[in-house]
Amino acid sequence: MHPRTAAARTASRRGVRRDVRDQTELGVTMLTSLRRTQLRLAVLVVLGVGVVVVGIPLVFLEFPAVSHARVGGLAVGWIILGVLVFPAICGAALAYVRHAERNESAFVDLVERS
Amino acid sequence: MTESWWPVLAVIAVVVVTFVIGTFGVRVSRTTSDFLVASRSVTPLVNASAISGEYLSAASFLGIAGLVLTYGVDMLWFPVGYTVGYLVLLVLVAAPLRRSGAYTLPDFAEMRLGSQRLRLIASVLVVLIGWLYLLPQFQGAGITLHALTGAPSWVGAVVVAVVVGVTVATGGMRSITSVQAFQYWLKLAAISIPAVLLVGAWFRHGAPVFAAGDWGTPLSGYGGRDYPVYKTYSIVLATFLGTMGLPHVLVRFYTNPDGRATRRTTLVVLGLLSAFYVFPPVFGALGRVYTPELAGTPAADTVVLLLPGRVFGGWWGEALSSLVAAGAFAAFLSTASGLSVSIAGVLSHDLLGRTRRFGDGVRRFRIGTLVAVVVPFLLALVAGQLDLAQTVTLAFAVAASTFCPLLVLGIWWPRLTVRGASAALVVGGGSALGAVALVLAAGPFTGFVGALLDQPAAWTVPLAFGTAVVVSLRTRDRVPRATSAAMVRLHAPDELDLRR
Repeated sequence: MHPRTAAARTASRRGVRRDVRDQTELGVTMLTSLRRTQLRLAVLVVLGVGVVVVGIPLVFLEFPAVSHARVGGLAVGWIILGVLVFPAICGAALAYVRHAERNESAFVDLVERS
Repeated sequence: MTESWWPVLAVIAVVVVTFVIGTFGVRVSRTTSDFLVASRSVTPLVNASAISGEYLSAASFLGIAGLVLTYGVDMLWFPVGYTVGYLVLLVLVAAPLRRSGAYTLPDFAEMRLGSQRLRLIASVLVVLIGWLYLLPQFQGAGITLHALTGAPSWVGAVVVAVVVGVTVATGGMRSITSVQAFQYWLKLAAISIPAVLLVGAWFRHGAPVFAAGDWGTPLSGYGGRDYPVYKTYSIVLATFLGTMGLPHVLVRFYTNPDGRATRRTTLVVLGLLSAFYVFPPVFGALGRVYTPELAGTPAADTVVLLLPGRVFGGWWGEALSSLVAAGAFAAFLSTASGLSVSIAGVLSHDLLGRTRRFGDGVRRFRIGTLVAVVVPFLLALVAGQLDLAQTVTLAFAVAASTFCPLLVLGIWWPRLTVRGASAALVVGGGSALGAVALVLAAGPFTGFVGALLDQPAAWTVPLAFGTAVVVSLRTRDRVPRATSAAMVRLHAPDELDLRR
């Protein structure tokens, strides 16, 4: 019998929580997949923030007109960096927490059901 | 220098309240398990307020406005970076770090890689980063009292050093989450109310133009700032990645019951920090109109303190000046005590505890506190006066070049080895601290080399990550056996409750 099959059979009766805890081959495989899902999510958020953050100075450099543009008497640079970034940061954080919790509860469902 | 003593009384009030509560307040919570007990009775909002209260330091309260006044719009990257640093922390380390059960960064190093030598390197770095971060708190207190009373700048440093030293040594301060939480709201009130009123006054004066020239233009290098593009990106990297490695940040996370709660608390922290950081640049901008003579001088950091008195005369101006002075001292005290506790804990446990010469735990902690406070106090007296926010950013740069690779790779990369992590701490910490030491001792430097030393993160952070990865891959036969167990502990969802 393939070890994976054996692990799956013993797991089916008592739930695989024990596999995760005891780091059986099945448990490690499952947890590695959760870790990678969470890492993908984290990298996505960091890259998203990174692109915006690297991009803002580049836009100012490449398009000096933007640096001098004004909205309601205030320069665009001040509006973006002084005010608008903050709701954007909080929005990104909220979206991240929701997704991360969803990934975890999907994993818990999987463990408790199988 | 103002003619009134009201701001001084406000400072004294904040100092006395902190001192009394810190020394005679709840003394029960000294151990980590008491922290856990305390955490259950603390709501996420209070906990998040406490984290924010400890985080908002002299650099945030005074430094940002001073930099904006002198150098213009590029300086907005400091508050943005201080906030995004928490977002990066949330996304990359918050929940796993809480699940690791680590109380300090050396604890995490040992938990993840099981090496005493790595623990020792991490301990030394915690102390050095903490000292670097304490330095501007003392300098900030000095220039604040100088601006209010004309007292020599060492007086303010002595006040903060004594209050923090005594409260931390007697063991109170750290435990009092509610004091730190209160200090966040005090700081928010002290910065937002005057800012809103100042903007109102500015409109009543017919909204005079801020400044001619390139002050408001991004990346213009206004104020004699060379290599603005390199420096901007380097500041961004240091603040984004350095927050997670600051000694006083991790300890506060321990007050959350589990990983999930840690994430939610961090989310609230981001909201609170965002609310605060909108206001300091307002002082810098209005300073261009009302106190332009401060720009480019060492007194630029006092613009937050002086502006209300300059714009509003009479008792109204005095009341607002008192409010900002109280907020500034709340900033010095809360950050300095948080840092001192972290440094003293590591000093007494990991460094002094290696021999028996220093006595039992409590005595070692007191010696540790003394060393933790006195060294940066002396440094504050002899070091040249840098801008507050600049000095703090050096601490971020060292943290980003050392603990960021340790935490990020430690949490997400199972192939990290003891040698890889140690090499990263030594190489990243050595290069960043070397640059900092050169700047503090012999700076400021000019030219591109000067820019590389002034803001080292852009090259030291990639260097540290590269070192960790290359050395780990070359010692791949030495991946610690316990890695798999550590990964389970870090990443298994809390609901699974593997201890059952």
